[in-house]
Amino acid sequence: MERHFDRELNELREKLSSMASLVELMIDTAVKALIERNPELLGEIFNSETEVNKKHIEVDELCLKLIALRQPAGIDLRFITSAMKINAELERIGDQAVNISQNTANLVQQPFFVKLEIIPQMTEVAKSMVKDCIKAFINKDVELAKAILLKDNDLDQQKKDVFKKLISNIIENPAHTEYFIDLLLISRNLEKIGDHTTNISEDVIFMVLGQDIRHHHLFDNHKV
Amino acid sequence: MTIIKTNNLNLWYKKFHALLDVNIPIEKNSITSIIGPSGCGKSTLLRTLNRMNDLIEGIRMTGEILIENKNILLPGTDLVSLRKNVGMVFQRPNPFPLSVYKNITFGLEIHNIKSNDTLDNIVENSLKSVLLWDELKDKLKSHALNLTLEQQQRLCIARLIPVKPQILLMDEPCSALDPIATGRIEELMFELKKNYTIVVVTHNMAQAARVSDDTGFMLLGRLVEFNKTSKIFTNPEKKETEDYITGRYG
Repeated sequence: MERHFDRELNELREKLSSMASLVELMIDTAVKALIERNPELLGEIFNSETEVNKKHIEVDELCLKLIALRQPAGIDLRFITSAMKINAELERIGDQAVNISQNTANLVQQPFFVKLEIIPQMTEVAKSMVKDCIKAFINKDVELAKAILLKDNDLDQQKKDVFKKLISNIIENPAHTEYFIDLLLISRNLEKIGDHTTNISEDVIFMVLGQDIRHHHLFDNHKV
Repeated sequence: MTIIKTNNLNLWYKKFHALLDVNIPIEKNSITSIIGPSGCGKSTLLRTLNRMNDLIEGIRMTGEILIENKNILLPGTDLVSLRKNVGMVFQRPNPFPLSVYKNITFGLEIHNIKSNDTLDNIVENSLKSVLLWDELKDKLKSHALNLTLEQQQRLCIARLIPVKPQILLMDEPCSALDPIATGRIEELMFELKKNYTIVVVTHNMAQAARVSDDTGFMLLGRLVEFNKTSKIFTNPEKKETEDYITGRYG
């Protein structure tokens, strides 16, 4: 029997899903602007950010309304509290995309150019993590959420590789240090996006299993 | 410390099997809520704890109900003394049609209890323990039925106190009360648990979540899940419990 409440929960699910699609597009556009050296694309990101911020507030309002009016318990309560946390993580992912676009705006103004394949590779990983963590949330898929936690290690390693590469670039080309630092910051933004998706994945695991796996080194019995 | 424990408790009303292998542990000085849909056996379970069901024709019970390790289902159990030890508060306040004062002293008189304390002191202390003294100290001779429903319900709790029970059973104690009065009775329950063990049957899940330390969920005569209240309402172990607390049951 579908409850009226289920329809409201679906509305929440859809809002988060559309917010995730939007931040994914923001990451994509920011890196595309970097690769294509096309600053015109950056305007889209700032428009999307406004949209994400609106959704951020809407989702929080909806969650508060559902808690106050429905007094949820059990899985419904865990779903709504997870949705509130996921909402904050998605907004921060949007902020990271904005940071990427700000660094990109600096980079594309400079005539100097170094093609760094690993940045689009990192972008693909980060985007897939955003897509998958929301998919895990929508489908209550614990296995997918766990896979994202592992994938984050790949992204961390890629960021380390970028750091190494860029440090040697700086040594070889100290006149372009600022350029390389902007690239370095972009790789850091992408790595942070991965961290936000792991937080979302932990929220999904809590939502489905009721097990809090955050900071598991503090609580050995909280491991999944 | 566990004060009440049932072991494989079964109860039949004639051919109807109303309680099936119920094993419930109740901690001393705690509030335990029993929740579940209508007809699940929660009031029946509550009433077994002072053998109120004995008054119903055709009732049969097997298993054990241990109160402080004594099986109260054994033949020869002193039911008067059991019901003094395990008091009951009902859904509708049911004060005696007497004065406030007489409602409190009635139990002492009927049980012929001699107390070193004066009746006046007993009345005062009993009313103080349910936070009614300040309201009623000048109305002790008033007819109890003239009190508000909330005051009547408090009085029904107060009148148990002179016979010195250890356990208070409450069957939907707030269902006839408005939210403010309900809130006050719930506050009273918190106060009372310092000295008494409370078992409460309620349809009001928010109330169970607010007041109780432990919660048992019953369905079709079985105790499906018994756990800490915080666990039951955030992450229950059984799907049936989850379905009930989230309103999906049925």
